[in-house]
Amino acid sequence: MRGIAMLDDFFVRALLAGLGLALVAGPLGCFVIWRRMAYFGDTMAHSALLGVALSLLFKVNLTVSVFVVAAVVSLALLALQRRGALSTDALLGILSHSTLAIGLVLAAFLTWVRFDLMTYLFGDILAVGPTDIVMIWGGGILVLLALAKLWRPLIAATVNPELAEAEGMQPERTRLYFMLLLALVIAIAIKVVGILLVTAMLIIPAAAARRFSNSPEVMAVVASLLGMVAVVGGLFGSLRFDTPSGPSIVVAALIIFLVSLLPFAQRKTIDQPGPGNRGESRRGGIS
Amino acid sequence: MLHQGDGAEALVTLRGAGVLRGGRWLVRGVDFSVSPGEIVTLIGPNGSGKSTTAKMATGVLKPSEGDVLRRAGLRVGYVPQKLAIDWTMPLTVERLMTLTGALPARDVDAALEATGVAHMKKAEVHHLSGGEFQRALLARAIARKPDLLVLDEPVQGVDYAGEALLYELIARIRREIGCGILLISHDLHIVMAEADTVICLNGHVCCRGTPKAVSESSEYRNLFGARGSAAIAFYDHHHDHEHLPDGRVLHADGSVTDHCHPDDGHHHDHDHHGHDHHNHDHGHEHGKHAGHRHA
Repeated sequence: MRGIAMLDDFFVRALLAGLGLALVAGPLGCFVIWRRMAYFGDTMAHSALLGVALSLLFKVNLTVSVFVVAAVVSLALLALQRRGALSTDALLGILSHSTLAIGLVLAAFLTWVRFDLMTYLFGDILAVGPTDIVMIWGGGILVLLALAKLWRPLIAATVNPELAEAEGMQPERTRLYFMLLLALVIAIAIKVVGILLVTAMLIIPAAAARRFSNSPEVMAVVASLLGMVAVVGGLFGSLRFDTPSGPSIVVAALIIFLVSLLPFAQRKTIDQPGPGNRGESRRGGIS
Repeated sequence: MLHQGDGAEALVTLRGAGVLRGGRWLVRGVDFSVSPGEIVTLIGPNGSGKSTTAKMATGVLKPSEGDVLRRAGLRVGYVPQKLAIDWTMPLTVERLMTLTGALPARDVDAALEATGVAHMKKAEVHHLSGGEFQRALLARAIARKPDLLVLDEPVQGVDYAGEALLYELIARIRREIGCGILLISHDLHIVMAEADTVICLNGHVCCRGTPKAVSESSEYRNLFGARGSAAIAFYDHHHDHEHLPDGRVLHADGSVTDHCHPDDGHHHDHDHHGHDHHNHDHGHEHGKHAGHRHA
Protein backbone atom coordinates (compact mmCIF):
# COMPACT_ATOMS: atom_id res chain seq x y z
CA MET A 1 0.00 0.00 0.00
CA ARG A 2 2.66 2.46 1.08
CA GLY A 3 4.77 1.65 -1.99
CA ILE A 4 1.91 2.38 -4.34
CA ALA A 5 1.19 5.73 -2.63
CA MET A 6 4.82 6.79 -3.05
CA LEU A 7 4.77 5.67 -6.62
CA ASP A 8 1.67 7.72 -7.20
CA ASP A 9 3.33 10.71 -5.72
CA PHE A 10 6.41 11.00 -7.95
CA PHE A 11 4.48 9.67 -10.92
CA VAL A 12 1.80 12.32 -10.54
CA ARG A 13 4.48 14.98 -10.28
CA ALA A 14 6.11 13.66 -13.42
CA LEU A 15 2.76 13.69 -15.20
CA LEU A 16 2.05 17.26 -14.12
CA ALA A 17 5.48 18.44 -15.23
CA GLY A 18 5.22 16.66 -18.57
CA LEU A 19 1.71 17.92 -19.28
CA GLY A 20 2.71 21.50 -18.48
CA LEU A 21 5.63 21.27 -20.87
CA ALA A 22 3.55 19.68 -23.65
CA LEU A 23 0.90 22.38 -23.30
CA VAL A 24 3.36 25.20 -23.97
CA ALA A 25 5.62 23.29 -26.37
CA GLY A 26 2.74 22.72 -28.81
CA PRO A 27 2.20 26.31 -30.08
CA LEU A 28 5.90 27.20 -29.79
CA GLY A 29 6.82 24.06 -31.73
CA CYS A 30 4.42 25.04 -34.52
CA PHE A 31 6.34 28.28 -34.98
CA VAL A 32 9.65 26.40 -34.88
CA ILE A 33 8.39 24.31 -37.80
CA TRP A 34 6.77 27.17 -39.73
CA ARG A 35 9.82 29.38 -39.38
CA ARG A 36 12.23 26.49 -40.03
CA MET A 37 14.02 27.03 -36.76
CA ALA A 38 14.60 23.40 -35.75
CA TYR A 39 18.35 23.80 -35.78
CA PHE A 40 18.00 27.05 -33.89
CA GLY A 41 16.05 25.19 -31.19
CA ASP A 42 18.77 22.56 -31.06
CA THR A 43 21.42 25.26 -30.66
CA MET A 44 19.55 26.84 -27.78
CA ALA A 45 19.17 23.44 -26.17
CA HIS A 46 22.87 22.65 -26.52
CA SER A 47 23.75 25.98 -24.99
CA ALA A 48 21.69 24.89 -21.99
CA LEU A 49 24.63 22.77 -20.85
CA LEU A 50 26.63 25.94 -20.43
CA GLY A 51 23.69 27.29 -18.46
CA VAL A 52 23.79 24.21 -16.23
CA ALA A 53 27.52 24.59 -15.61
CA LEU A 54 27.13 28.29 -14.80
CA SER A 55 24.26 27.61 -12.43
CA LEU A 56 26.40 25.11 -10.52
CA LEU A 57 29.37 27.47 -10.55
CA PHE A 58 27.51 30.52 -9.29
CA LYS A 59 24.87 28.60 -7.34
CA VAL A 60 21.95 30.25 -9.10
CA ASN A 61 18.65 28.72 -10.13
CA LEU A 62 19.08 26.25 -12.98
CA THR A 63 16.07 27.45 -15.01
CA VAL A 64 17.11 31.10 -14.74
CA SER A 65 20.69 30.30 -15.72
CA VAL A 66 19.66 28.19 -18.72
CA PHE A 67 17.21 30.88 -19.86
CA VAL A 68 19.84 33.62 -19.66
CA VAL A 69 22.40 31.61 -21.63
CA ALA A 70 19.83 30.63 -24.31
CA ALA A 71 18.71 34.26 -24.61
CA VAL A 72 22.32 35.46 -24.94
CA VAL A 73 22.94 32.84 -27.61
CA SER A 74 19.92 34.00 -29.63
CA LEU A 75 21.03 37.63 -29.34
CA ALA A 76 24.52 36.58 -30.43
CA LEU A 77 22.98 34.87 -33.44
CA LEU A 78 21.07 38.04 -34.39
CA ALA A 79 24.24 40.11 -34.09
CA LEU A 80 26.30 37.65 -36.15
CA GLN A 81 23.58 37.41 -38.79
CA ARG A 82 23.70 41.16 -39.17
CA ARG A 83 27.40 40.99 -40.03
CA GLY A 84 26.37 38.66 -42.82
CA ALA A 85 29.76 36.97 -43.09
CA LEU A 86 28.50 33.40 -42.67
CA SER A 87 25.28 31.55 -43.34
CA THR A 88 22.85 31.12 -40.47
CA ASP A 89 23.43 27.40 -40.66
CA ALA A 90 27.15 27.74 -40.04
CA LEU A 91 26.64 30.35 -37.32
CA LEU A 92 24.24 28.03 -35.51
CA GLY A 93 26.77 25.19 -35.76
CA ILE A 94 29.45 27.37 -34.20
CA LEU A 95 27.21 28.63 -31.40
CA SER A 96 25.70 25.22 -30.71
CA HIS A 97 28.90 23.27 -30.33
CA SER A 98 31.02 25.94 -28.75
CA THR A 99 28.51 26.56 -25.96
CA LEU A 100 28.19 22.80 -25.44
CA ALA A 101 31.97 22.41 -25.29
CA ILE A 102 32.46 25.38 -22.95
CA GLY A 103 29.76 23.94 -20.71
CA LEU A 104 31.55 20.58 -20.54
CA VAL A 105 34.94 22.18 -19.93
CA LEU A 106 33.51 24.33 -17.14
CA ALA A 107 31.83 21.29 -15.61
CA ALA A 108 35.20 19.52 -15.47
CA PHE A 109 36.49 22.28 -13.17
CA LEU A 110 33.58 21.79 -10.81
CA THR A 111 35.30 19.06 -8.82
CA TRP A 112 33.30 19.82 -5.69
CA VAL A 113 29.90 18.94 -7.18
CA ARG A 114 28.66 15.67 -8.61
CA PHE A 115 27.93 16.42 -12.23
CA ASP A 116 25.61 13.79 -13.64
CA LEU A 117 25.79 14.52 -17.34
CA MET A 118 23.14 11.94 -18.25
CA THR A 119 20.54 13.75 -16.13
CA TYR A 120 21.04 16.92 -18.12
CA LEU A 121 21.30 15.25 -21.50
CA PHE A 122 18.15 13.17 -21.20
CA GLY A 123 16.26 14.79 -18.36
CA ASP A 124 15.00 13.27 -15.14
CA ILE A 125 11.29 13.82 -15.05
CA LEU A 126 10.82 11.32 -12.22
CA ALA A 127 12.96 13.53 -10.00
CA VAL A 128 10.98 16.76 -10.41
CA GLY A 129 9.97 18.38 -7.17
CA PRO A 130 7.04 20.66 -6.33
CA THR A 131 9.19 23.74 -7.05
CA ASP A 132 9.92 22.42 -10.53
CA ILE A 133 6.22 21.98 -11.18
CA VAL A 134 5.55 25.54 -10.10
CA MET A 135 8.36 26.71 -12.42
CA ILE A 136 7.03 24.69 -15.35
CA TRP A 137 3.41 25.75 -14.99
CA GLY A 138 4.18 29.35 -13.98
CA GLY A 139 6.68 29.79 -16.81
CA GLY A 140 4.43 27.93 -19.20
CA ILE A 141 1.39 30.10 -18.51
CA LEU A 142 3.56 33.21 -18.83
CA VAL A 143 4.78 32.02 -22.24
CA LEU A 144 1.25 31.19 -23.39
CA LEU A 145 -0.08 34.60 -22.35
CA ALA A 146 2.77 36.37 -24.13
CA LEU A 147 2.22 34.21 -27.19
CA ALA A 148 -1.49 35.01 -27.26
CA LYS A 149 -0.67 38.71 -27.22
CA LEU A 150 1.97 38.27 -29.89
CA TRP A 151 -0.10 35.89 -32.02
CA ARG A 152 -1.24 37.95 -35.00
CA PRO A 153 2.04 39.82 -35.61
CA LEU A 154 3.95 36.58 -35.20
CA ILE A 155 1.80 34.72 -37.71
CA ALA A 156 2.04 37.66 -40.13
CA ALA A 157 5.81 37.90 -39.72
CA THR A 158 6.09 34.15 -40.25
CA VAL A 159 4.08 34.29 -43.48
CA ASN A 160 6.02 37.26 -44.85
CA PRO A 161 8.06 39.77 -42.82
CA GLU A 162 7.99 42.40 -45.57
CA LEU A 163 4.24 42.24 -45.86
CA ALA A 164 3.94 42.56 -42.09
CA GLU A 165 6.29 45.54 -42.02
CA ALA A 166 4.65 47.29 -44.96
CA GLU A 167 1.32 47.06 -43.17
CA GLY A 168 2.60 48.61 -39.98
CA MET A 169 3.94 45.71 -37.92
CA GLN A 170 7.43 45.23 -36.52
CA PRO A 171 8.54 41.75 -37.58
CA GLU A 172 12.11 42.16 -36.29
CA ARG A 173 10.94 42.95 -32.81
CA THR A 174 8.35 40.17 -32.96
CA ARG A 175 11.07 37.70 -33.90
CA LEU A 176 13.20 38.78 -30.94
CA TYR A 177 10.27 38.27 -28.54
CA PHE A 178 9.66 34.85 -30.05
CA MET A 179 13.30 33.86 -29.50
CA LEU A 180 13.06 34.87 -25.85
CA LEU A 181 9.89 32.82 -25.40
CA LEU A 182 11.64 29.86 -26.97
CA ALA A 183 14.58 30.31 -24.61
CA LEU A 184 12.15 30.27 -21.69
CA VAL A 185 10.46 27.07 -22.86
CA ILE A 186 13.79 25.35 -23.34
CA ALA A 187 14.83 26.40 -19.86
CA ILE A 188 11.74 24.85 -18.29
CA ALA A 189 11.95 21.75 -20.50
CA ILE A 190 15.51 20.75 -19.58
CA LYS A 191 14.44 19.00 -16.39
CA VAL A 192 11.76 17.01 -18.18
CA VAL A 193 13.32 15.69 -21.37
CA GLY A 194 16.90 16.92 -21.22
CA ILE A 195 19.12 18.88 -23.59
CA LEU A 196 19.20 16.35 -26.41
CA LEU A 197 15.46 15.79 -26.59
CA VAL A 198 14.03 19.28 -26.02
CA THR A 199 13.69 20.01 -29.73
CA ALA A 200 11.83 16.73 -30.19
CA MET A 201 9.14 17.87 -27.74
CA LEU A 202 8.78 21.06 -29.76
CA ILE A 203 8.81 19.61 -33.24
CA ILE A 204 7.26 16.14 -33.20
CA PRO A 205 3.81 16.95 -31.75
CA ALA A 206 3.57 20.03 -34.00
CA ALA A 207 4.51 17.99 -37.06
CA ALA A 208 1.91 15.38 -36.17
CA ALA A 209 -0.70 18.14 -35.73
CA ARG A 210 -0.26 19.47 -39.27
CA ARG A 211 -2.42 16.74 -40.80
CA PHE A 212 -5.31 17.43 -38.49
CA SER A 213 -5.38 21.20 -38.85
CA ASN A 214 -6.74 23.74 -41.29
CA SER A 215 -5.61 26.89 -39.49
CA PRO A 216 -2.56 27.95 -37.49
CA GLU A 217 -4.71 28.26 -34.38
CA VAL A 218 -6.10 24.73 -34.66
CA MET A 219 -2.63 23.35 -35.30
CA ALA A 220 -1.28 25.01 -32.15
CA VAL A 221 -4.04 23.50 -29.99
CA VAL A 222 -3.80 20.05 -31.60
CA ALA A 223 -0.01 20.10 -31.12
CA SER A 224 -0.52 20.74 -27.40
CA LEU A 225 -3.05 17.92 -27.12
CA LEU A 226 -0.91 15.43 -29.04
CA GLY A 227 2.09 16.40 -26.89
CA MET A 228 0.04 15.70 -23.78
CA VAL A 229 -1.00 12.30 -25.12
CA ALA A 230 2.68 11.58 -25.78
CA VAL A 231 3.58 12.54 -22.21
CA VAL A 232 0.92 10.29 -20.70
CA GLY A 233 1.69 7.43 -23.07
CA GLY A 234 5.45 7.78 -22.63
CA LEU A 235 5.32 7.92 -18.84
CA PHE A 236 3.01 4.91 -18.54
CA GLY A 237 5.19 3.08 -21.05
CA SER A 238 8.34 3.85 -19.08
CA LEU A 239 6.63 2.58 -15.92
CA ARG A 240 5.39 -0.58 -17.66
CA PHE A 241 8.61 -1.46 -19.51
CA ASP A 242 11.07 0.13 -17.10
CA THR A 243 12.52 2.42 -19.79
CA PRO A 244 14.01 5.91 -19.31
CA SER A 245 11.09 8.34 -19.11
CA GLY A 246 12.33 11.30 -21.24
CA PRO A 247 13.19 9.13 -24.25
CA SER A 248 9.96 7.15 -23.76
CA ILE A 249 7.92 10.35 -24.11
CA VAL A 250 9.74 11.20 -27.33
CA VAL A 251 9.17 7.66 -28.65
CA ALA A 252 5.46 8.01 -27.86
CA ALA A 253 5.39 11.32 -29.74
CA LEU A 254 7.13 9.69 -32.68
CA ILE A 255 4.49 6.91 -32.74
CA ILE A 256 1.75 9.57 -32.83
CA PHE A 257 3.53 11.32 -35.69
CA LEU A 258 3.82 8.06 -37.63
CA VAL A 259 0.12 7.36 -37.08
CA SER A 260 -0.67 10.83 -38.45
CA LEU A 261 1.08 9.84 -41.67
CA LEU A 262 -1.21 6.85 -42.22
CA PRO A 263 -3.75 7.43 -44.98
CA PHE A 264 -6.81 6.81 -42.80
CA ALA A 265 -5.66 9.45 -40.34
CA GLN A 266 -5.69 12.12 -42.99
CA ARG A 267 -8.32 14.70 -42.47
CA LYS A 268 -10.70 14.88 -45.39
CA THR A 269 -10.34 18.41 -46.65
CA ILE A 270 -13.88 19.41 -47.51
CA ASP A 271 -12.62 22.54 -49.10
CA GLN A 272 -10.15 20.94 -51.46
CA PRO A 273 -11.23 21.85 -54.94
CA GLY A 274 -11.58 18.95 -57.33
CA PRO A 275 -9.39 18.81 -60.41
CA GLY A 276 -12.20 20.21 -62.55
CA ASN A 277 -12.66 23.18 -60.27
CA ARG A 278 -9.26 24.73 -60.78
CA GLY A 279 -7.17 26.52 -63.32
CA GLU A 280 -8.79 26.55 -66.74
CA SER A 281 -12.39 26.58 -65.63
CA ARG A 282 -11.78 29.59 -63.40
CA ARG A 283 -11.12 31.85 -66.33
CA GLY A 284 -13.23 34.94 -66.45
CA GLY A 285 -14.65 34.42 -62.99
CA ILE A 286 -14.57 38.08 -62.09
CA SER A 287 -17.60 40.18 -62.65
CA MET B 1 3.04 68.19 -63.67
CA LEU B 2 -0.45 67.11 -62.94
CA HIS B 3 0.10 64.68 -60.10
CA GLN B 4 3.54 65.71 -59.04
CA GLY B 5 4.56 67.66 -56.02
CA ASP B 6 2.02 68.90 -53.51
CA GLY B 7 3.63 66.86 -50.74
CA ALA B 8 1.07 68.08 -48.22
CA GLU B 9 -1.77 65.93 -49.48
CA ALA B 10 0.35 63.15 -50.98
CA LEU B 11 0.15 59.73 -49.28
CA VAL B 12 3.78 59.01 -49.95
CA THR B 13 6.50 61.12 -51.51
CA LEU B 14 9.94 59.99 -52.62
CA ARG B 15 12.54 62.70 -53.10
CA GLY B 16 15.83 61.74 -54.70
CA ALA B 17 15.52 58.38 -52.99
CA GLY B 18 18.03 55.60 -53.63
CA VAL B 19 19.19 52.33 -52.10
CA LEU B 20 22.84 51.32 -51.95
CA ARG B 21 23.63 47.64 -51.40
CA GLY B 22 27.11 46.19 -51.38
CA GLY B 23 28.58 49.26 -53.08
CA ARG B 24 26.00 49.15 -55.87
CA TRP B 25 23.01 51.41 -56.33
CA LEU B 26 19.91 49.26 -56.75
CA VAL B 27 18.01 52.38 -57.69
CA ARG B 28 18.83 56.04 -57.38
CA GLY B 29 17.35 59.47 -57.74
CA VAL B 30 13.71 58.40 -57.58
CA ASP B 31 11.22 61.26 -57.34
CA PHE B 32 7.50 60.78 -57.29
CA SER B 33 4.49 60.94 -55.07
CA VAL B 34 1.20 59.10 -54.85
CA SER B 35 -1.89 61.10 -53.89
CA PRO B 36 -5.31 59.77 -52.89
CA GLY B 37 -7.19 58.49 -55.92
CA GLU B 38 -4.07 58.42 -58.07
CA ILE B 39 -2.58 55.42 -59.86
CA VAL B 40 1.16 55.50 -60.37
CA THR B 41 2.62 52.66 -62.41
CA LEU B 42 6.28 51.69 -62.24
CA ILE B 43 7.55 49.79 -65.24
CA GLY B 44 10.96 48.60 -66.22
CA PRO B 45 12.96 45.47 -66.94
CA ASN B 46 14.02 42.93 -64.30
CA GLY B 47 16.50 44.35 -61.85
CA SER B 48 15.57 47.92 -62.68
CA GLY B 49 14.70 48.73 -59.08
CA LYS B 50 10.90 48.57 -59.22
CA SER B 51 10.46 46.36 -56.16
CA THR B 52 13.19 48.25 -54.32
CA THR B 53 11.33 51.48 -55.01
CA ALA B 54 8.06 49.95 -53.80
CA LYS B 55 9.78 48.76 -50.62
CA MET B 56 11.07 52.28 -50.01
CA ALA B 57 7.54 53.58 -50.43
CA THR B 58 6.15 51.08 -47.91
CA GLY B 59 9.00 51.63 -45.47
CA VAL B 60 10.38 48.08 -45.66
CA LEU B 61 13.64 49.49 -47.04
CA LYS B 62 15.21 52.66 -45.70
CA PRO B 63 16.62 54.92 -48.41
CA SER B 64 20.41 55.25 -48.39
CA GLU B 65 20.02 58.75 -49.78
CA GLY B 66 17.10 61.07 -50.34
CA ASP B 67 13.83 61.12 -48.41
CA VAL B 68 10.68 59.07 -48.23
CA LEU B 69 7.77 60.84 -46.58
CA ARG B 70 4.66 58.93 -45.63
CA ARG B 71 1.53 60.61 -44.37
CA ALA B 72 1.10 60.01 -40.63
CA GLY B 73 -1.06 56.98 -39.86
CA LEU B 74 -0.98 55.81 -43.46
CA ARG B 75 -2.84 52.52 -43.89
CA VAL B 76 -1.07 50.39 -46.47
CA GLY B 77 -2.33 47.34 -48.35
CA TYR B 78 0.56 45.42 -49.88
CA VAL B 79 0.76 42.61 -52.41
CA PRO B 80 4.41 41.56 -52.46
CA GLN B 81 6.05 40.21 -55.59
CA LYS B 82 6.98 36.91 -54.00
CA LEU B 83 5.06 35.23 -51.25
CA ALA B 84 5.64 31.58 -50.51
CA ILE B 85 3.66 30.14 -47.65
CA ASP B 86 5.37 27.15 -46.12
CA TRP B 87 3.29 24.02 -46.58
CA THR B 88 3.65 23.27 -42.87
CA MET B 89 1.44 26.23 -42.03
CA PRO B 90 -2.24 25.46 -42.58
CA LEU B 91 -3.86 28.63 -43.85
CA THR B 92 -7.21 29.07 -45.51
CA VAL B 93 -8.02 31.97 -47.79
CA GLU B 94 -10.35 33.25 -45.09
CA ARG B 95 -7.58 33.23 -42.46
CA LEU B 96 -5.16 34.85 -44.90
CA MET B 97 -7.53 37.80 -45.21
CA THR B 98 -7.03 38.82 -41.57
CA LEU B 99 -3.27 38.25 -41.54
CA THR B 100 -2.26 41.73 -40.39
CA GLY B 101 -5.45 42.88 -38.70
CA ALA B 102 -9.00 41.89 -37.83
CA LEU B 103 -11.60 42.83 -40.43
CA PRO B 104 -15.40 42.80 -40.52
CA ALA B 105 -16.67 39.61 -42.20
CA ARG B 106 -18.65 41.81 -44.61
CA ASP B 107 -15.49 43.48 -45.95
CA VAL B 108 -13.73 40.12 -46.33
CA ASP B 109 -16.63 38.69 -48.34
CA ALA B 110 -16.94 41.79 -50.51
CA ALA B 111 -13.22 41.75 -51.35
CA LEU B 112 -13.24 38.03 -52.18
CA GLU B 113 -16.33 38.57 -54.31
CA ALA B 114 -14.69 41.46 -56.16
CA THR B 115 -11.56 39.47 -57.04
CA GLY B 116 -13.58 36.41 -58.00
CA VAL B 117 -12.35 33.96 -55.37
CA ALA B 118 -15.33 34.01 -53.00
CA HIS B 119 -15.91 30.31 -53.62
CA MET B 120 -12.33 29.57 -52.43
CA LYS B 121 -12.88 31.15 -49.02
CA LYS B 122 -12.54 27.89 -47.09
CA ALA B 123 -9.79 26.46 -49.30
CA GLU B 124 -6.22 26.13 -48.07
CA VAL B 125 -3.94 28.55 -49.86
CA HIS B 126 -1.68 25.67 -50.86
CA HIS B 127 -4.45 24.24 -53.01
CA LEU B 128 -4.89 27.44 -55.03
CA SER B 129 -3.45 27.90 -58.48
CA GLY B 130 -1.00 30.75 -59.02
CA GLY B 131 -3.70 33.01 -60.44
CA GLU B 132 -6.19 32.23 -57.69
CA PHE B 133 -3.53 32.92 -55.07
CA GLN B 134 -2.77 36.32 -56.62
CA ARG B 135 -6.48 37.16 -56.53
CA ALA B 136 -6.66 36.12 -52.88
CA LEU B 137 -3.65 38.33 -52.08
CA LEU B 138 -5.25 41.25 -53.88
CA ALA B 139 -8.51 40.64 -52.01
CA ARG B 140 -6.59 40.65 -48.73
CA ALA B 141 -4.96 43.99 -49.54
CA ILE B 142 -8.20 45.72 -50.60
CA ALA B 143 -10.30 44.29 -47.76
CA ARG B 144 -8.18 46.43 -45.43
CA LYS B 145 -9.59 49.53 -47.12
CA PRO B 146 -6.11 51.00 -47.34
CA ASP B 147 -5.11 54.59 -48.03
CA LEU B 148 -2.29 53.34 -50.22
CA LEU B 149 -2.37 50.11 -52.17
CA VAL B 150 1.05 48.83 -53.24
CA LEU B 151 0.78 46.08 -55.84
CA ASP B 152 4.02 44.42 -56.93
CA GLU B 153 3.16 42.60 -60.14
CA PRO B 154 -0.33 41.70 -58.97
CA VAL B 155 -1.34 39.88 -62.15
CA GLN B 156 1.53 37.36 -62.28
CA GLY B 157 0.23 33.88 -62.96
CA VAL B 158 -3.15 35.24 -63.98
CA ASP B 159 -4.19 34.36 -67.52
CA TYR B 160 -4.59 37.06 -70.16
CA ALA B 161 -8.33 37.50 -69.85
CA GLY B 162 -8.11 37.52 -66.07
CA GLU B 163 -5.32 40.08 -66.26
CA ALA B 164 -7.53 42.55 -68.09
CA LEU B 165 -10.31 42.02 -65.57
CA LEU B 166 -7.96 42.51 -62.64
CA TYR B 167 -6.66 45.77 -64.09
CA GLU B 168 -10.25 46.84 -64.50
CA LEU B 169 -10.91 45.89 -60.89
CA ILE B 170 -7.89 47.89 -59.72
CA ALA B 171 -9.25 50.92 -61.55
CA ARG B 172 -12.63 50.37 -59.90
CA ILE B 173 -11.05 50.11 -56.44
CA ARG B 174 -9.43 53.46 -56.98
CA ARG B 175 -12.79 55.00 -57.86
CA GLU B 176 -14.71 53.31 -55.05
CA ILE B 177 -12.24 53.43 -52.14
CA GLY B 178 -10.42 56.48 -53.39
CA CYS B 179 -7.05 55.08 -52.34
CA GLY B 180 -3.78 55.87 -54.04
CA ILE B 181 -2.27 52.94 -55.93
CA LEU B 182 1.36 52.20 -56.63
CA LEU B 183 1.40 49.50 -59.27
CA ILE B 184 4.45 47.62 -60.48
CA SER B 185 4.67 45.82 -63.76
CA HIS B 186 7.58 44.31 -65.62
CA ASP B 187 5.49 44.24 -68.74
CA LEU B 188 6.61 47.11 -70.91
CA HIS B 189 3.74 46.79 -73.32
CA ILE B 190 0.63 46.55 -71.22
CA VAL B 191 -0.06 49.11 -68.59
CA MET B 192 -3.29 50.41 -67.39
CA ALA B 193 -5.04 53.00 -69.46
CA GLU B 194 -6.28 54.42 -66.18
CA ALA B 195 -2.84 54.98 -64.74
CA ASP B 196 -2.29 58.66 -64.12
CA THR B 197 1.44 58.48 -64.21
CA VAL B 198 3.74 55.87 -65.66
CA ILE B 199 7.30 55.92 -64.42
CA CYS B 200 9.88 53.98 -66.33
CA LEU B 201 12.72 52.78 -64.15
CA ASN B 202 16.06 51.37 -65.05
CA GLY B 203 18.21 51.95 -62.02
CA HIS B 204 16.90 55.51 -62.11
CA VAL B 205 13.85 57.27 -63.47
CA CYS B 206 14.22 57.06 -67.24
CA CYS B 207 11.05 58.89 -68.09
CA ARG B 208 7.51 59.43 -66.94
CA GLY B 209 4.26 60.29 -68.55
CA THR B 210 0.50 59.89 -68.80
CA PRO B 211 -0.47 56.90 -70.86
CA LYS B 212 -3.69 57.29 -72.78
CA ALA B 213 -2.62 55.04 -75.55
CA VAL B 214 -4.89 52.19 -76.38
CA SER B 215 -4.09 49.96 -79.21
CA GLU B 216 -6.65 50.13 -81.96
CA SER B 217 -5.25 47.04 -83.53
CA SER B 218 -7.75 44.31 -84.24
CA GLU B 219 -5.47 41.76 -82.52
CA TYR B 220 -6.07 43.46 -79.20
CA ARG B 221 -9.80 43.70 -79.67
CA ASN B 222 -9.96 40.09 -80.73
CA LEU B 223 -7.86 39.01 -77.80
CA PHE B 224 -9.63 40.90 -75.05
CA GLY B 225 -13.04 41.72 -76.42
CA ALA B 226 -14.64 45.14 -76.23
CA ARG B 227 -14.73 45.15 -72.43
CA GLY B 228 -11.18 43.93 -71.96
CA SER B 229 -9.63 46.38 -74.35
CA ALA B 230 -11.08 49.25 -72.38
CA ALA B 231 -8.73 48.34 -69.56
CA ILE B 232 -5.72 47.72 -71.75
CA ALA B 233 -3.49 50.38 -73.06
CA PHE B 234 -0.76 49.88 -75.56
CA TYR B 235 2.10 51.97 -74.41
CA ASP B 236 4.42 52.61 -77.29
CA HIS B 237 7.68 52.97 -75.60
CA HIS B 238 11.01 53.52 -77.26
CA HIS B 239 14.24 54.79 -75.91
CA ASP B 240 16.79 56.82 -77.72
CA HIS B 241 19.47 55.86 -75.29
CA GLU B 242 21.15 52.68 -74.15
CA HIS B 243 22.13 51.69 -70.66
CA LEU B 244 25.76 50.72 -70.53
CA PRO B 245 26.90 47.91 -68.23
CA ASP B 246 28.60 50.39 -65.92
CA GLY B 247 25.36 52.26 -65.35
CA ARG B 248 26.14 55.22 -67.61
CA VAL B 249 23.91 56.13 -70.49
CA LEU B 250 24.85 56.19 -74.17
CA HIS B 251 22.63 58.57 -76.13
CA ALA B 252 21.69 58.40 -79.79
CA ASP B 253 23.95 61.32 -80.55
CA GLY B 254 26.92 59.40 -79.17
CA SER B 255 27.28 61.33 -75.92
CA VAL B 256 27.66 59.44 -72.63
CA THR B 257 26.18 60.73 -69.39
CA ASP B 258 25.55 59.43 -65.89
CA HIS B 259 21.78 59.70 -66.13
CA CYS B 260 19.18 60.03 -68.81
CA HIS B 261 17.36 63.11 -67.55
CA PRO B 262 15.45 65.19 -70.04
CA ASP B 263 18.24 67.75 -69.97
CA ASP B 264 20.70 65.11 -71.11
CA GLY B 265 19.09 65.13 -74.50
CA HIS B 266 16.89 62.16 -73.77
CA HIS B 267 13.61 61.88 -75.54
CA HIS B 268 10.98 59.44 -76.63
CA ASP B 269 10.12 58.44 -80.13
CA HIS B 270 6.37 58.32 -80.36
CA ASP B 271 5.63 58.14 -84.06
CA HIS B 272 5.88 61.85 -84.39
CA HIS B 273 8.53 63.84 -86.13
CA GLY B 274 10.04 67.24 -86.32
CA HIS B 275 9.34 68.02 -82.71
CA ASP B 276 11.70 69.67 -80.35
CA HIS B 277 12.24 67.12 -77.60
CA HIS B 278 14.83 68.90 -75.63
CA ASN B 279 12.88 71.27 -73.47
CA HIS B 280 9.60 69.54 -72.96
CA ASP B 281 7.88 68.25 -69.92
CA HIS B 282 7.57 64.51 -70.18
CA GLY B 283 4.33 64.32 -68.33
CA HIS B 284 2.51 66.35 -70.92
CA GLU B 285 4.38 64.98 -73.86
CA HIS B 286 3.12 61.46 -73.43
CA GLY B 287 -0.42 62.65 -73.18
CA LYS B 288 -0.30 64.60 -76.40
CA HIS B 289 1.09 61.88 -78.56
CA ALA B 290 -0.17 58.73 -77.04
CA GLY B 291 -2.82 57.77 -79.54
CA HIS B 292 -6.47 57.09 -78.90
CA ARG B 293 -8.32 55.48 -76.13
CA HIS B 294 -10.62 52.73 -77.19
CA ALA B 295 -13.88 52.65 -75.29
